[in-house]
Amino acid sequence: MASQDITPVVKDSAKVSLLNDPKFRGYIFQAVAVLVIAGLVYWMVNNTITNLQRANLASGFGFLDGRSGFDISSSPYLAYSSDSTYLQALWVGILNTLTVAFAGIITATIIGFIIGIGRLSHNWLIRKICTVYVEVFRNVPPLLVIFFWYSGVLSVLPQARQSISLPFNMFLNNRGFFFPAPVFGEGAWLAGVGLLVGIVGTFLVRRWAYKRQMATGQQFPVGWTSLGLIVGLPLLALAIKGFPLSFDYPVLGAFNLRGGSQVGPEFMSLYLALSFYTASFIAEIVRAGIRGVGKGQSEAAHALGLRAGPTTRLVVVPQAMRIIIPPLTSQYLNLTKNSSLAVAIGYPDLVAVGGTILNQTNRSIEVVTIWLVVYLSISVLTSLFMNWFNAKMALVER
Amino acid sequence: MGPFLGAWGAIRQYDLSSVGTMGTNLKGQIVMKNLVLKGALAASAFVLLANAASAATLDDVKKKGFLQCGVNTGLPGFASPNDKGEWSGFDVDYCRAVAAAVFGDPTKVKYTPLSAKDRLPALQSGEIDVLIRNTTWTLSRDEQGFDFTGVNYYDGQGFMINSKKLSGINSALQLSGASVCVQAGTTTELNLADYFKANKMEYNPVVFEKVEEVNAAYDSGRCDAYTTDQSGLYAYRLALTAPDDHIVLPEIISKEPLGPVVRQGDAQWADIIRWTHYALLTAEELGITKANVEELAKGDSPEVKRVLGQEAGTKLGTDLGLTNDWVVNIVKAVGNYGEIFEKNLGSGSPLKIARGINAQWSKGGLQYAMPIR
Repeated sequence: MASQDITPVVKDSAKVSLLNDPKFRGYIFQAVAVLVIAGLVYWMVNNTITNLQRANLASGFGFLDGRSGFDISSSPYLAYSSDSTYLQALWVGILNTLTVAFAGIITATIIGFIIGIGRLSHNWLIRKICTVYVEVFRNVPPLLVIFFWYSGVLSVLPQARQSISLPFNMFLNNRGFFFPAPVFGEGAWLAGVGLLVGIVGTFLVRRWAYKRQMATGQQFPVGWTSLGLIVGLPLLALAIKGFPLSFDYPVLGAFNLRGGSQVGPEFMSLYLALSFYTASFIAEIVRAGIRGVGKGQSEAAHALGLRAGPTTRLVVVPQAMRIIIPPLTSQYLNLTKNSSLAVAIGYPDLVAVGGTILNQTNRSIEVVTIWLVVYLSISVLTSLFMNWFNAKMALVER
Repeated sequence: MGPFLGAWGAIRQYDLSSVGTMGTNLKGQIVMKNLVLKGALAASAFVLLANAASAATLDDVKKKGFLQCGVNTGLPGFASPNDKGEWSGFDVDYCRAVAAAVFGDPTKVKYTPLSAKDRLPALQSGEIDVLIRNTTWTLSRDEQGFDFTGVNYYDGQGFMINSKKLSGINSALQLSGASVCVQAGTTTELNLADYFKANKMEYNPVVFEKVEEVNAAYDSGRCDAYTTDQSGLYAYRLALTAPDDHIVLPEIISKEPLGPVVRQGDAQWADIIRWTHYALLTAEELGITKANVEELAKGDSPEVKRVLGQEAGTKLGTDLGLTNDWVVNIVKAVGNYGEIFEKNLGSGSPLKIARGINAQWSKGGLQYAMPIR
């Protein structure tokens, strides 16, 4: 825009035209933007309503109170049957999504940290194994990883009658993993109280030990004490009541193992696939985080006499966490969203259940809206939690 | 712009005149297979477009020059593509019959393979003109903005088991505690729940979206039983690793009247699909076949002449929005109902399904054509 005829416009600076006032312009542009967005929203809503009416379709969320009529294979938390409502079916789906996401996030984090640190190992073999792991899982689409685990689980595991027996009356076959379910008798509540007291006690002991170390430099075996409190107290409570605890063991029925608790192959393969897939990304984030901590930090730690283990645990990782947490949040969100691939292997997550409801009630707009809102809520809550965690870990200048 | 263009492409079947000229450049063939996407597309179609599927489907079909027919993704006997990608089957022949009635040319069809969950949203959003995909006629579907135009196949839901592994079982009432493979979003899924509840039996549903996934899971032993329409069980059994190990149990637990579906609110188009079915049945009743139709059109039986549009001054075809020789075109292209049945499902096919209740009313069956006059 090289203009040849530059005519110097000299104006009284006190009397700038309103049009050239940046503040006024800003207001104008913002008002226009708001109007455009409002118009667009109005256009879309209006279109939707018109089109629905034209297609003789009802709208609204009232259909959620209707009887669902279909069964769901996995509803570990809610009592669900075909007599339940669509809303209850959706809750089952949401809880299944949350279960696999939560379990996946924990496992992926653990595997990711191990592999990430392993990639920085001085041991050639460990380093290479970890590299191969990352490159394999990172470069394969998650859906294929899920199919790999699902067909792997299905084709390798035996039929129900030839179940693989594991210790403690646990069984593995192509219908899933079966283990004894604890049945609590009268007086078992005391064990719950014991567990609660143990957790609170652990918390208090940790605080006390930290203060003491700060004041005197003496260390206290917090780990062992915590274990004793959390496991020992409930056991003690059970012993007082004469062990009011029995187990419901899985036994072979006409078709399958019956009784006990069961984890289906769909959940297992989805959970394993999401964990292993996401772990490869977390491993790279962890590696980057650790690399981001200056070498001088570990050298200083060594100079102070700390060995390799404590150096990593007490000096490097806490500083690396500040780099790791923000991208880690994205991976957690990805894992949660990737869980919607469950639909491919028949795990009844939110998308699978919602899809069935969509098909039966033909309420595509409502169901898609519910999908969007639920995933958005889960993601926003995850982000808020991770932001809080990040703020807690951030460098506080003193 | 990328996703935006994608969305326009996918909802190409709409009359886009009211929202711009983009749509006309983008009438590419995109077959979306993902159900989630389908649901979302149906939703976005409602949200985005001012002019959803227009009322006059016949005009739309004539204008674009072909019929977009929604069929099964692969159900041998009803609709499945061969290794050259050519579709064949009972439902496919119905698509071809409609194309023959409209264009006089059975090849003017494009097929959209749809999973059970995708099929109705696809019809509703206008992606297809007619759905001929073994779809059960139910009240709730009928009142949700669709019209069923008739029953081209009377079916019922059954169970298949591996008789080698479960040798003691010869009735569905012995299935308590079984894992049952079923396709998501079907009436089958609901009948299954009702049947086990009514008989106070427990079961574990293993639900997949795509029929290929259900087949693979059943074949690998993930489930003890497979449930769907009996015709489907016979068809899928052919594709199992050891078909002879599997038996279809005798119980039929539901009525499954399967038929073509159109969008509600277009009476003319519904009539064309409905009377195509009746034309096929009438042709069988009158002994009009693919081989003799042209000869009979020149004959002198008054009833045959009327049906074939050879009566002087007849307006039966033109009043329907077609030509007067529409029945000739249909039968010349695909044969009569009996021929279609035997070729795809009956003695001429690997399925060997008996006519049973799908025989003509005069032979003890339920197929009954309204008079063409």
